Amino acid sequence: MSDPVVLRQGAVAIDGRPVLRGLDLTVRSGDFLALMGANGSGKSTLVRAITGLLPLTVGSLELFGTPIDDFDDWSRLGYVPQRAGAGSGVPASVWEIVASGRLGHRKLFRPLSKLDRMAINDALEVVGLAHRAKDGVHRLSGGQQQRVLIARALAGEPEMLLLDEPTAGVDITNQRALAATLRELGSRGSTIVLVAHELGPLAPLVSRAVVMRDGRIVQDGPPLADHGLEHGHHHDPLHEHDHGHAVRLTSPIEGGLS
Amino acid sequence: MSAVELLSEPFMQRALAAAVFIGLAAPAVGTYLVQRRLALMGDGIGHVAVTGVALGILTGTSPTWTAVVVAVLGAVLIEVIRERGSTNGDVALALLFYGGLAGGLFVTGLAGTGAAKLHGFLFGSITTLNGTDVIVTMSLAAVVVVTCVGLAPQLFAVAQDQDFARVAGLRVRFYNVLVAVLAAVSVTVAMRSVGLLLVSALMVVPVATAQQLTRSFRTTLTSAMGLGVAASLGGLLAAALAPAGAHVQPGPTIVLLALAGFVVTWPIGAWLRRRQRLTAPFPADTGLPPYDHMDSEIHPHEHGPDCGHPAVRHGDHVDYVHDGHRHAPHGEHYDEH
Repeated sequence: MSDPVVLRQGAVAIDGRPVLRGLDLTVRSGDFLALMGANGSGKSTLVRAITGLLPLTVGSLELFGTPIDDFDDWSRLGYVPQRAGAGSGVPASVWEIVASGRLGHRKLFRPLSKLDRMAINDALEVVGLAHRAKDGVHRLSGGQQQRVLIARALAGEPEMLLLDEPTAGVDITNQRALAATLRELGSRGSTIVLVAHELGPLAPLVSRAVVMRDGRIVQDGPPLADHGLEHGHHHDPLHEHDHGHAVRLTSPIEGGLS
Repeated sequence: MSAVELLSEPFMQRALAAAVFIGLAAPAVGTYLVQRRLALMGDGIGHVAVTGVALGILTGTSPTWTAVVVAVLGAVLIEVIRERGSTNGDVALALLFYGGLAGGLFVTGLAGTGAAKLHGFLFGSITTLNGTDVIVTMSLAAVVVVTCVGLAPQLFAVAQDQDFARVAGLRVRFYNVLVAVLAAVSVTVAMRSVGLLLVSALMVVPVATAQQLTRSFRTTLTSAMGLGVAASLGGLLAAALAPAGAHVQPGPTIVLLALAGFVVTWPIGAWLRRRQRLTAPFPADTGLPPYDHMDSEIHPHEHGPDCGHPAVRHGDHVDYVHDGHRHAPHGEHYDEH
């Protein structure tokens, strides 16, 4: 089976400004990969490049063995964008948001099939929000909304899940619920790539940490034990750099990205 | 003429048929515009369509078709400007709107005799539709409704979250342009009933009314369409059945009726939202140590389902919200939670 993501010498520019340069990254099937780094280090940009939302200026990207330009099997990918404000101008129920995760499997002008409904219910079950299915999504807390977006990605039954800052602005209770969800997915064999500033309760799940600084990958390997909650002690001096605040002062593109 | 006689007149039946279709189509597109926070887009397209109508009057072709063409072009242009997302996007849109309106009035002036005719398109003239007009109106409206309802999952997803929709493999730009085109078509369809200057109201007001009471997209869409038909038919009938001597125009009546629906619904919606907020369960497992056992002071009355204080679920029991306190019944007294 081909690797879910193979990026070779990738570079990305936003509005003509080179942001990511010289990136080599292979995500292997079953990886639980955390993309880490300070604000502005380019980790969200990298995820957006992997999903095709941002084009590569240089380099090549293959998804599941297919060059991205020819790739059309999008239901193998589940994308959880950074949470925007609560919903849109019109009310939408939790069920409806999650149901839009099935679009990759549905034909035009066709109602939901039994299979679709099962996948939606299953996804809601996994994130622990089945009892809120009928509620308006704007009534949920930020952490619960984040879980709705994860359920939406899960409903498509993807092989690889890409999560952009799933723990940002989420309280500890919801972070734990999120960790339980991701542990369950990991044990089912899903490939998981997540962007995180701090891992918190996700730390024990991560099998591989990729640390970025200033648009480059500076570290790729097994995660450190002290990422996340246990801040402040036992820091390996070598890895001081992925401790956001240390880089914050030196990063030349602070605030421009992420 | 009695009411029954009036309603059996062919011109009135044509108007009624058109009113139903227009009432369905305008809020159907309007729902997606409101979802994208583009509630005023219908207004802009309406302004641009004035030029289309004027060109039809000048050249002697059907103003409906020239309006459709110009409105679609204008809508696609608006969508392109919006997609570029430049900081001066709203100014560019304003220029387009004023250009459309001024151009229309100017061209009508060139046509000389067109002023009265243009008036009918600006303010609506649903009772003057001929047979062909009605068929065109009904078929265009049917296309709009079928597309808006049939492609609802796709259109919903694209309007809700563009990035997600793109990664899900949807052709986001196609759907964006599709909504713009549908909006343009429904503007030109609805201009015959409420007029180009008020057309946006029929697209937006029923949606605003519906979402006071709904919490899902599907019910918002369907009830907005229902409200649209009610306003459209109601306004037409009110105008037709008004006592002789009172000159009641259908167009403004339809819009005022739609607005009346909003005025009636809004307090109910506000009350429902407030009640939902008050009765949302308190978090049960906060990981905090339990509040020190603290009896509330002697109570003037017993809390219960009818005491008037909001009862809020809190884990395995109910707290009564009482002047900023949370009172949990405990035997003979109340604990502060």
